[in-house]
Amino acid sequence: MDGIHDLGGRQGFGPIETDAPPFRHDWEWRGWALAKCATMGFRTIDESRFIIERLPPALHLTAPYFEKWALRDLCALVLSGKATLEEATRGHADRPGAPPPALDLAAAMDRLRANEAEFTRPAPAPPAFAPGDRVRTKPRGHSGHTRLPAYARAAAGTVIAHHGAHVFADTSAEGDETTAHHLYTVELAAADLFDDADPADTVLLDLWEPYLDRA
Amino acid sequence: MPHDDRPDAAEVLRHLHAHLPPDPALRVKALEDLAVEKGLVARESLDAWTELYRDHVGPMRGARVVARSWIDPEFRDRLLADAGAAVREMGYHGHATGHLKAVENTDDTHNLVVCTLCSCYPFALLGMSPIWYRSAAYRARAVREPRAVLAEFGVTLPDGVRVRVWDSTAELRYLVVPQRPAGTEGWDLDRLAALVTRDSMIGTCRVLEAA
Repeated sequence: MDGIHDLGGRQGFGPIETDAPPFRHDWEWRGWALAKCATMGFRTIDESRFIIERLPPALHLTAPYFEKWALRDLCALVLSGKATLEEATRGHADRPGAPPPALDLAAAMDRLRANEAEFTRPAPAPPAFAPGDRVRTKPRGHSGHTRLPAYARAAAGTVIAHHGAHVFADTSAEGDETTAHHLYTVELAAADLFDDADPADTVLLDLWEPYLDRA
Repeated sequence: MPHDDRPDAAEVLRHLHAHLPPDPALRVKALEDLAVEKGLVARESLDAWTELYRDHVGPMRGARVVARSWIDPEFRDRLLADAGAAVREMGYHGHATGHLKAVENTDDTHNLVVCTLCSCYPFALLGMSPIWYRSAAYRARAVREPRAVLAEFGVTLPDGVRVRVWDSTAELRYLVVPQRPAGTEGWDLDRLAALVTRDSMIGTCRVLEAA
């Protein structure tokens, strides 16, 4: 979707707070742990991203990071039917249940290691492109979840790597973990994207085959 | 337009934002209480995960991977060919290292990593991302004016150095391998790893100093 989350290349932002740490408050640690310890109701990582993308735009730009995650997870609990909207708004369950067995540090480490996140799938067809091919990105997106950023649309570039078929983000956002398309790393000349770019510089993106045409 | 009969996410989010207490800490607390009461998570698990990322998982893991690549040419080759498998050798796999890609800085190339669409990051190697990495300013500017961004981090590139900006748009995660500092000949892995900063593995630091 053409949402506010698609920030690449947008202008008007100020300097970067280069010495900012990962966390400033205890509640941020709690938000991080919550997101990693519990399955909140979204089925795929893309579904979780698509929820964030549908936050009110002004809130998306201003809310602290882990507040957005909390809103996402509360929303996912409602969307999946694990909680009612009323329960999510109140922050309490109507009928509290027993918590699952607690993880200790070793169990948490095991859980971490088990989460390498493998996204390759059998390829639906032979790859259309190979490293060295010139390609052009699609000129438009669509109103669902998609991972071709607006700044990189309708741009010509060169395939530098083929990664096999990966779960396709656009359909994964609807809970589909099967549909896959060939994934490529495409290198674009920065000067083709932005008038003020250094001619030596490039931007590289990982793009699925449906985002690409032969140039 | 929803594709199934689920509630509309945007509508749910607007409702939650309008009716939850405004304090972000209370919103996270609401999620925690609800998740615990729903039997989705135990509070002790949250403590364990916090301890894990506070004391055991962080940039020191990435630093050891980088330092090993400097002193072990065969490991370096494996890292550049299949970083996910290489970090598994060191027990550092997990949390989205399944499609890890290591990109090496050279005398004429500087690599910079960003996620313009969200905030993808190699957590298992670098820990939680710094606030600036997930800020709107960094996400917007890194692809458009990487040299201005680098200058804010105190990095000035010598003439003839190109910048490659890696935008993490799929499930590949990127680890920048900075150049080994001069004057470190003969150093062991521990001593070298102590020189490798988190920012150098994102690409917002270029020159490491031999302390």
